[in-house]
Amino acid sequence: MRLELKSAGVTFGGTLFAGPRKRALAPLSLSVGDAPHILAVVGESGSGKTTLTRLLLGLLRPSTGAVTWNGGDVWRLPKPAFAAYRRAVQAVFQDPFGAYNPVYRVDRMLILPALRFGLAGSEEAARPLAEAALAAVGLRPAETLGRFPHQLSGGQRQRLMVARAMMLKPSVLIADEPVSMVDASLRATILETLYRLRQDGGMSLVYVTHDLATAYQIADSIMVMRNGEVVEQGETVSVIRTPAHAYTRDLVSALPPPDPTVDWGLESTT
Amino acid sequence: MSALSVRNLSVEFATARGTARAVQNVSFDLAPGERLGLVGESGSGKTTTALSLLRLIRPPGRIAAGEILLDGADMARATAAELRRMRGARIALVPQGAMNALNPVLTCGAQFDDLFAAHGAAGGAPRVGELLASVGLGAEVAELYPHQLSGGMKQRVCIALAIALRPAVIVADEPTSALDVIVQKQILKTLIAVQREIGAAVVLVGHDMGLMAQFAHRIGVMYAGRLVELAPVRDIFARPRHPYTRMLIDSLPGFGERGVFKGIQGQPPSLLTPLPGCPFAPRCAIAMARCGVEVPETRILEGGGEVRCHAA
Repeated sequence: MRLELKSAGVTFGGTLFAGPRKRALAPLSLSVGDAPHILAVVGESGSGKTTLTRLLLGLLRPSTGAVTWNGGDVWRLPKPAFAAYRRAVQAVFQDPFGAYNPVYRVDRMLILPALRFGLAGSEEAARPLAEAALAAVGLRPAETLGRFPHQLSGGQRQRLMVARAMMLKPSVLIADEPVSMVDASLRATILETLYRLRQDGGMSLVYVTHDLATAYQIADSIMVMRNGEVVEQGETVSVIRTPAHAYTRDLVSALPPPDPTVDWGLESTT
Repeated sequence: MSALSVRNLSVEFATARGTARAVQNVSFDLAPGERLGLVGESGSGKTTTALSLLRLIRPPGRIAAGEILLDGADMARATAAELRRMRGARIALVPQGAMNALNPVLTCGAQFDDLFAAHGAAGGAPRVGELLASVGLGAEVAELYPHQLSGGMKQRVCIALAIALRPAVIVADEPTSALDVIVQKQILKTLIAVQREIGAAVVLVGHDMGLMAQFAHRIGVMYAGRLVELAPVRDIFARPRHPYTRMLIDSLPGFGERGVFKGIQGQPPSLLTPLPGCPFAPRCAIAMARCGVEVPETRILEGGGEVRCHAA
């Protein structure tokens, strides 16, 4: 199981009506899925993090280079191989408001993939799987199933997406800010769930975030992006403890020390 | 003399399934220039409490009881005309979503003019330029429309608007939650700089205890609509008295040991059907028999803090 970017880059525009040419992602190579691994992709808005996830998920075609699954270009895979790729590479999207079809109850989001991907033969058989996945992310099945997306909070919707992805036991999970809308107290619970999937379930995770502290907690390696380019990457502890790039240092110092006796410089006038 | 005094505030929301008691019996005082952090998880009532201070609770929500004393007036009972006079001038809001808090069809300068006109205050381009400068923006921003600004710049404009009439109290509802971490620090520095300049007290709502450790003088911890602990920030971190406060602090990720997670298990109770005892008891590691039957009263602690817990 190997998902790779081979010098894959993305530019937008540059044609007659699409405005000026803009590079969203400089050509980049990376490989995930060979061995269980958590890669954190860190950077500010506009750094190319989300573009990277869209490439990995086969939602955006690279302008240059290729995205491959087990060696085959995902945009040219034969149908059975593409179906296997779709099941093995799952996503938790950043925007929990835009990821749901508002006219369907949330049950459908769990039951349908269980049926489609052959985890269960019937709706009755799929229900226990759905309930177990919900419980694993701290949602009460009785209070979640049967509801419409608008009846759930942003944090509940985000957890529901994590539950859906977990239920399918993917080889690679691409999670774009999966805990941005949940409280710090619950964030730890969801991150632990993802961490366990790597430890015990053999899953690889691409964890996109702007929060270095959570990246430090779960990631094996960190990739720091800015303006569509990778400015630093390496093993987690060394990136955080001895950042080489000035931007990485800025990110590290942007984390408030959770101790009121340590001065973070908020009151200084410079 | 307090800048603001909240007494036994209760806020309720009428829902199809009954009355949700979002805020119950919350009391606190705010000294001039003080920065109070209100923390708690989603649904704890922290934002509802903060918005109540400006009487911004809309039906089906209502302030069911209590007083909000500001400048000799009670915001909880003020008439519409009094509210118009107070909001902006005596108590101002820095909203959560700076992205859509500004009027998209007016230039930033026009939004200042509106504010000055509504309060019969002296405005004009020089004053607007001065306000923009105080939040680190150039005078040319007055000519720009909100969509021409970045998220951080919009939040700065919101802060400049909030301080324009030199209010005694600024309520900031998660003002940096939509911003990048580097911008977040700059915005908080700006907020502190202007707050100190005009001597305003700040109520900052948020759930990031790390940020609160750095920003607040005092921290109020809310749980299921109640203020369960309120104490100076150093006391809260050095010796949290409520078990929920301790769990909030412990759940913070740091650059220490990796792969260690201290989430808070379980979920907060329904606000529709209050528990007979302490609302935190079902999730509490040190709950006693008494906690399930008797609601803890507020106890005053040495050092000026207060806590609602039988075990504290």
